[in-house]
Amino acid sequence: MSVSEWTQVFGSITFICPCVLLLIIGVSLLIGRPMSELILGRWLKAMVSLSLISALAVLGIMLATGSRRELVDLGNMVEIHDVHFHFHIKFIFDRLSVPMVILSLVLCGTVGSFGLSYLHRDAGFQRFFLSFAMFLVGMTFASLAGTIETLFLGWELVGLSSALLIAYFHERPSPVANGLRVWAIYRFADAAFLAAAIALHHQTGEGDFSLLMGDEPWPAGTASLSDSSALLVGTFLLIAAAGKSGLVPFSGWLPRAMEGPTPSSAIFYGALSVHLGAFLLLRVSPILDRSALLSWMVIGLGLISAGFAALAGRVQTDIKSALAFASLTQVSIIVVEIGFGFLYLALIHLIGHACMRSLQLLRAPTLLRDYKTMENAIGKSLDHGSPHIIAWLGTSAQRRLYRGAMERGYMDAILDDRIVTPFVRLFSTFNRWERGWTHWLAGSHHGSEQHQEKMQNE
Amino acid sequence: MNELHLPWLELCILVPALASIWVGRILDVSRARSASLAVSAVTLLLALSGWIDYETLFAFEAHDHWDVVKSFIGREEFVIDKLSAPLLPLTALLFFLTMLATPRVKFGKYSFALGLLSLSSTIAVLSCKDTWLLITLLAVNAIPMYIDLRTRGKSTRVFAFHIGLSMILMILGAACYEWTTSDFGRGIGIVLLVAAVLIRRGCAPLHCWITDLFEHAALGNALLFITPLVGAYATMRLVLPIAPDWALRSIAFLSLATALYASCMAIIQTDSQRFFCFLFLSHSALVLVGLETTTPIGLTGALCVWLSVALSLTGLGLALRCVEARTGPLSLNQYHGLYSHMPHLAGFFLLTGLSAVGFPCTIGFTGTELLVEAAIEMSPWVGGVVVVSTALNGIAILQAYFRIFTGTTHHSTIPLASLRSERIAILTFTLLLLGAGLWPQPGVHSRYDAAVELLDHRAVSKHIAVTN
Repeated sequence: MSVSEWTQVFGSITFICPCVLLLIIGVSLLIGRPMSELILGRWLKAMVSLSLISALAVLGIMLATGSRRELVDLGNMVEIHDVHFHFHIKFIFDRLSVPMVILSLVLCGTVGSFGLSYLHRDAGFQRFFLSFAMFLVGMTFASLAGTIETLFLGWELVGLSSALLIAYFHERPSPVANGLRVWAIYRFADAAFLAAAIALHHQTGEGDFSLLMGDEPWPAGTASLSDSSALLVGTFLLIAAAGKSGLVPFSGWLPRAMEGPTPSSAIFYGALSVHLGAFLLLRVSPILDRSALLSWMVIGLGLISAGFAALAGRVQTDIKSALAFASLTQVSIIVVEIGFGFLYLALIHLIGHACMRSLQLLRAPTLLRDYKTMENAIGKSLDHGSPHIIAWLGTSAQRRLYRGAMERGYMDAILDDRIVTPFVRLFSTFNRWERGWTHWLAGSHHGSEQHQEKMQNE
Repeated sequence: MNELHLPWLELCILVPALASIWVGRILDVSRARSASLAVSAVTLLLALSGWIDYETLFAFEAHDHWDVVKSFIGREEFVIDKLSAPLLPLTALLFFLTMLATPRVKFGKYSFALGLLSLSSTIAVLSCKDTWLLITLLAVNAIPMYIDLRTRGKSTRVFAFHIGLSMILMILGAACYEWTTSDFGRGIGIVLLVAAVLIRRGCAPLHCWITDLFEHAALGNALLFITPLVGAYATMRLVLPIAPDWALRSIAFLSLATALYASCMAIIQTDSQRFFCFLFLSHSALVLVGLETTTPIGLTGALCVWLSVALSLTGLGLALRCVEARTGPLSLNQYHGLYSHMPHLAGFFLLTGLSAVGFPCTIGFTGTELLVEAAIEMSPWVGGVVVVSTALNGIAILQAYFRIFTGTTHHSTIPLASLRSERIAILTFTLLLLGAGLWPQPGVHSRYDAAVELLDHRAVSKHIAVTN
């Protein structure tokens, strides 16, 4: 076989293995014959390892041959020739996707292995790994996506698996409510992504990154869009990225996401999922280059989010929330770097931060012990730091700032008071009117008691 | 016109219709259920055979061999074409799976004889193209539902008022359009027809009969009355070929408003059946939005969403029905925590719900993509509303899933796990939903051909209207 054919084989194995894992776990649960923990663990390790080895093989081939872009084209999933509609599945291996997929596989492998012990004999063991496999497929597809359609597919899978894992401890209402909240924000981010994808198709007739961004491999491409189109598509993509990465004004979901089990918190919100928005911006960076206004919007959003997260992180009282805001601070800085066009710096920052934050989150359950070990080693209490700049502010301003940070910028409160509550009130009124109308039409005899009971319930 | 090798269509209509008389006389409900299952399975096979036979003819449309109806009234009234070909086996399949997944506790409440009668009339509606026969069959199709409401001692006034009004407007509209020659008379006819089909398919604000139906009729019957989307079929046959652009734009606008309104209403519902009902209304309205774009891509999207809505929402309704058979009516303002007792049903509920909202790798995905693309082409605002509606529906689905299956621990002294027959139905639905999602090309291609055919038919009808 030629080198090119080997690339195709290894490239295909990279994304097929996670799909096989999802299929095996899904089918075993569907037919009511779940695998034992041992067998599931073996499948997990085998598939992630095989996928990782294949990704490394592709990297090796690319380094050896000097190739900067390799494509694995699966063709059109759907195609209607006459109206130029197609859903193209294509994977791209370049300087952005290869590090990202290797990072995803290394972290998923590590956290998966950790999870096998962490969730040993847990009632939701199978459920966790089903969502985990879905997440792995989503991350692999999103990382390697060569078309905006493929990226959207991975993006959606990551969103669903995240929401289900936040609600993993589903015997309690709080994780479930938080899972739903995250899902609601993700749905709007997904809607923005879908709008961007279709606007892109509409403007250019293509969703293929290698055609959209020119012949040059990432990051040297040039977007084949007009400035105004770039601004429109880029704004939608920025909203989608902000939702996925928890940037302002969507930051409220990030600490809520920590309700899930530690392995999922580590992999999703410390390491991978939270960086997916930044990855999207990196992937479409040639579009950002087309519009100075768009680049400044990215920088502005990043700076605001970084400032907010740094403040909010300082007043958190639990380690996972503190780490969540610390993550957000770094992700926001990565976004600023992307806005300024420092793409390699952003990529290196992303990879380094994901690895470090994963480790911190996995160590979170033993934080007190770690602190004690460190204090014993240095022979005194750890320095908690002093609020240098904050000390310049007056007491009243400090209190307001503290309260604002404690309430996480009042973003959830504003969302509840200004959007959710009026929405529920308005449509509950319509609901009452509808019931009143049908009961009047049905005659007072029928269903009046049932109606009253339901009204009381509402 | 091309001829099928056997009278598949008439057999599909007659077999369940005659069997309903036989099943109605069986007193033992278990035997009635077994007989109904066998009959619906036979009907499914007949419908599948008819579809395969039609595909082998490579024809525009085809009618039965030995057409009995033709010998009575001199016209070929029941035909199979690209639009109806997959709808017939799909309808038979939905009835079969609903009967299969009917839990024993529901045997007494669900009338299998009425179910078969409903199957017969629905297939008759979906294989009819003639205006007057279609109107008659639409009226006949509502009779089993009316009987069901009466048998259960519920008020029939809301149902009878809306369906009656729809039928009267349909008759008046068809009469005005066919029997007058002036543009004004024809215009009035079109307006009446549009109003009639909008009521029949539950367009806001005249949708309340559907919520009332779900609250009072047997869930299985209500489900099978609305999920084949005969209202959309009536729109395709009665309105689309003759309606001017302004009429289609009005339908699209009202459908868009209904889609958004119903998706908002689905989120705030505290009653599981009303939640389902609004979810259905939102999706069926989205089908109409696509139908009225009158572009090949929009129409293809609408027809794909039609199939996905029929399959996904019937599955979702069945999941809900199976859960409620074990727990009684579910309130969505509290958590029920049923996951540990019925993980299969929980997973199925989520899968069907996500499929309905067009989640990737499910049957609804491609249709929704096509629909959104056509809507954005129509106007960015229309596209935006469609996207927001699907996003809201997605939130409503997960909210209902969490409320029903999670949030607390449910204690039960009896096993609540799904039964074998339910699992077979779940497996069949799952395979179809995921299979069509992962390999969408044949389905999309078939719907594109149907869309092109409908648009050609519309162009011919408009040309005839202009020359007249």
